Amino acid sequence: MKVTYFPGCTLRTKAKDLDKYARKCAEILDVTLEEPDDWQCCGGVFTTSRDEIATKLSSVRALKAASDKNQPLVTVCSTCHNVIKQTNYAMQNDEEFSSRVNNYLSKEENYDGSAKVLHYLELLRDTVGFDKVKEKVVKPLEGKKIAAYYGCLLLRPGKVMQMDDPENPTIMEDLIRALGAEAVVTPYRNECCGSYISLENPESCTKRSTKITKNVETYGADMILTACPMCKYNLEKYGSGVPVVYLTELLAEAFGVKEDENAK
Amino acid sequence: MQNKNSSLRDEIIRISGTNPRKCMLCGKCSATCPAFDGMDYAPHQFVNMIENGNIEPLLNSKSIYQCLSCFACLERCPRTVEPAKLIEAVRLSVIRKQGANHLKPDNIPALLDEDLPQQAIVSAMRKYNK
Amino acid sequence: MQRIGVFVCWCGSNIAGTVDVKAVAEALKNEPGVVFSTDYQYMCSQAGQDIIKNAIKEHNLSGIVVCSCSPRMHEQTFRKTAQAAGLNPYMVEISNIREQCSWVHKDMEKGTEKAIILGKAAIAKVNLNAPLTPGESPVTKRALVIGGGIAGIQTALDIADAGFPVDIVETKPTIGGKMAQLDKTFPTLDCAACILTPKMVDAGQSDKIRIFSYSEVSQVKGFVGNFDVTIKKKARYVKEDLCTGCGLCTEKCPQKKVPNEFNLGMDNRRAIYIPFAQAVPKVATIDADYCTMLKSGKCGVCSKVCTAGAIDYTQKDEYIEEKYGAIVVATGYNPISMDKFDEYAYNQSKDVITSLEFERLTNAAGPTAGKLLRPSDNKHPHTIVFVQCVGSRCANCAEKGKEYCSKICCMYTAKHAMLTRDKYPDTDVYVFYIDVRTPGKSFDEFYRRAVEEYGVHYIKGMVGKIAPEGDVLKVQASDLINNKQIHIDADLVVLAAAIEPDKSARPLATMLTASMDTNDFFTEAHPKLRPVESPTAGVFLSGACQGPKDIPETVAQAGAAASKVIGLLAKDKLMGNPCVAHSNELMCNGCSSCERVCPYGAITYSDKEFRMPDRTVAIRRVASVNEAVCQGCGACTVACPSGAMDLKGFANNQIVAEVDAICK
Repeated sequence: MKVTYFPGCTLRTKAKDLDKYARKCAEILDVTLEEPDDWQCCGGVFTTSRDEIATKLSSVRALKAASDKNQPLVTVCSTCHNVIKQTNYAMQNDEEFSSRVNNYLSKEENYDGSAKVLHYLELLRDTVGFDKVKEKVVKPLEGKKIAAYYGCLLLRPGKVMQMDDPENPTIMEDLIRALGAEAVVTPYRNECCGSYISLENPESCTKRSTKITKNVETYGADMILTACPMCKYNLEKYGSGVPVVYLTELLAEAFGVKEDENAK
Repeated sequence: MQNKNSSLRDEIIRISGTNPRKCMLCGKCSATCPAFDGMDYAPHQFVNMIENGNIEPLLNSKSIYQCLSCFACLERCPRTVEPAKLIEAVRLSVIRKQGANHLKPDNIPALLDEDLPQQAIVSAMRKYNK
Repeated sequence: MQRIGVFVCWCGSNIAGTVDVKAVAEALKNEPGVVFSTDYQYMCSQAGQDIIKNAIKEHNLSGIVVCSCSPRMHEQTFRKTAQAAGLNPYMVEISNIREQCSWVHKDMEKGTEKAIILGKAAIAKVNLNAPLTPGESPVTKRALVIGGGIAGIQTALDIADAGFPVDIVETKPTIGGKMAQLDKTFPTLDCAACILTPKMVDAGQSDKIRIFSYSEVSQVKGFVGNFDVTIKKKARYVKEDLCTGCGLCTEKCPQKKVPNEFNLGMDNRRAIYIPFAQAVPKVATIDADYCTMLKSGKCGVCSKVCTAGAIDYTQKDEYIEEKYGAIVVATGYNPISMDKFDEYAYNQSKDVITSLEFERLTNAAGPTAGKLLRPSDNKHPHTIVFVQCVGSRCANCAEKGKEYCSKICCMYTAKHAMLTRDKYPDTDVYVFYIDVRTPGKSFDEFYRRAVEEYGVHYIKGMVGKIAPEGDVLKVQASDLINNKQIHIDADLVVLAAAIEPDKSARPLATMLTASMDTNDFFTEAHPKLRPVESPTAGVFLSGACQGPKDIPETVAQAGAAASKVIGLLAKDKLMGNPCVAHSNELMCNGCSSCERVCPYGAITYSDKEFRMPDRTVAIRRVASVNEAVCQGCGACTVACPSGAMDLKGFANNQIVAEVDAICK
């Protein structure tokens, strides 16, 4: 099947692995990721104010591109996913907002809210199916104890994101199990790592990230799994030293397509 | 008290799309906020102070740059007041003014390191600047 | 032509404030048939009624229209007034110019205009009214109580005490309900079992009370005084009349791993079980989902050890049909699921429990024999956090919690906190609250005692997140008085979960055609003046099925419901409603449409001889209505394709005349 794929700014630069393995694994799962020619950065945060129009136009254009092809819009980065999905929700539910957005756009660009936004995890769970993912595993990750870290953006606001139970999610744990590893469920997996506060206030970020990784340590996990470059950076730099891996990296490892780190 | 700052109050409520009168003073937002320690005004105070038109102190507060929109308060608020949206609206009413940007582009290079993801700068610029 | 009198009520300023009552009386004077029209301050007062009576006599009125409040308030009053003056009570029509008019409009001119139109409609109807006489129906002198908790038990005992037979239908293997699971009861702290079990025994021993345990109501037909009910007795694979309740089978059964629902799954029971020692009836029940004999045909231990020969693996569900004059709903409540509130980590840690689970943990008959030990490691907890309002007072999140206050939590939490500090002085006990609501006799004093004498830390604030870490629960919460976020390492957390009506209530309400609110609580006929009656005649409400209630309130309401039932059963005959359907046999085409839609089974068909215009005799199949059974719902009049069915008092031509009057 074919889907529209929105990589986002960081996947082109600091988080190339997240992008590279997303593509490789999709191929193995018979999913074609079609990247729109002229996507623009989502802006990194969704502004909840109803009168913010301009900052949401890039998301609307990406949504429009997917809806024109009658394809779901697939994201990997948690931030892109949150911004685009919340924008789509506003286009569907806030009439004043959607009509103002469409006034800004050229007529050909007008968008009716019909695209479906899927995170890569949802693509694996709902479109491909974890059973099929399991079939493609050539190198089961046996013996690994992995703590899923959702952060804030994948799950909240729950009524918009609709990915999983915002307080007790299982989608990443189910993936970890499908890949043959042991899923370690930890309570701070849906608490904020500190996000871009690390730029201005590293102490605050250290406090939050350390609290999360220390807690993960008490549960005896070997590593933390994330979908978000920001979370990975914060938890690694400001946490207590637990390794953090991208979910696509882990997938690639189980599928036997991960490149040798040393051969790079 | 009711009429103090009422136009700013109405504007903040309008753009946030929430209703602070629904607040029952349970304190769930401040209980759940991961940024609480760095805040001079707590999320529950935003709700009450906005409703009462006591907005001046909030415009000058540190809190508006501490909230990262992690949406924990929004998700867990039992009254759908969604304090994060109110804090966002206060921040916007500050930074939308000429010269009120919180983050100076000239200062950014000093904050960077090799691994910092682009999205950190993009997000911060969007949240702190207009 | 009728001679109609019109009486416009001011209702003080309730109507007169927004409706020009004099103008209404004046305008209606000229309507066809009207010979007298006046207004008065309070038409329902004695003086007002006298005005009506005198006018009936002086002007020789044949029908009257009262423009006043909703007919639900005073229709009966004015019908009796008319009757006292010699008029048939069904010649009275009420025009509701209060709820429909003055209360919903602010503009005097518009309100007045609408009041006149509503008055005209009522006059048009009265012009076509005919005197009606109600029929009578007998009363079956037996009551059914659905639900065997404290509400149902108390209602049944009170009805039986008046000499009427009562049946209790209880879905569990024993009566007792939630109260049987509680440890102590507020505010006097007497042991729940000590005050409940004598009542259970009384119910079990009463020769007027039959208990159908492990049973459900599966069908209800009929109407007030004459309900036909089918009760499904689920197969319990034990002959109730032979089982002595010795309990040997429950000790020998090899299937030991069945979650014990009486202890909320905190320990296990056998596949054959008696829920608790004081169960009534004290009869074993086999859980078919876990019994190896029933599942695979291999075992039979209970049958071998039973000296009474009571085990019967071939038992089937049994259906019992019985007639009742009155039905009492006492289906109770349950705590809501905590699945959607996992910021409290209920599904992530065994040491986060609900208040009902806490009751079992402190109850001598519970899984820890009454010692407060936390479920994960059976250690004595030192720091205990109670969280109030979990899922209560939750606006716009119907998929998560409840918008209402669950009412009982403030008091039972104070009880739990106090008892914990009393029994274990080495504990630190915190209660997070939004408001402490204790409006009951000796209730606030009770809560203050928890604070002042027992040193319970009450903190105004909420818990935002609970994270299990090592062997503690990291509690993050707000302290609003001190404007702080606080962190407590707790050993045990107790959640005061909101309560909701039992899941069986909704289908039961459908069976009874009784109304419910959006939260699935049964609605009462009037929230203040008829609090224990359902709007459906003959159906009464007892306990938490009507709204959250504590034990004192439940028992009071249970007694009130019983007194209403006794009042009904004491009558030999009930005056029926004369507004029933009747069939014009000459127009009936025998299609059976009416018979199919009648919810009461009031319509039958028979072959009748008719003399035709050409003097021959034809036999035709026509409908006839049993007036004693018909409830006047009007479904048949709508279904009838030939216009043969009509409703007395609400005839098609009367409704059309009203519509015409409004549209004119």
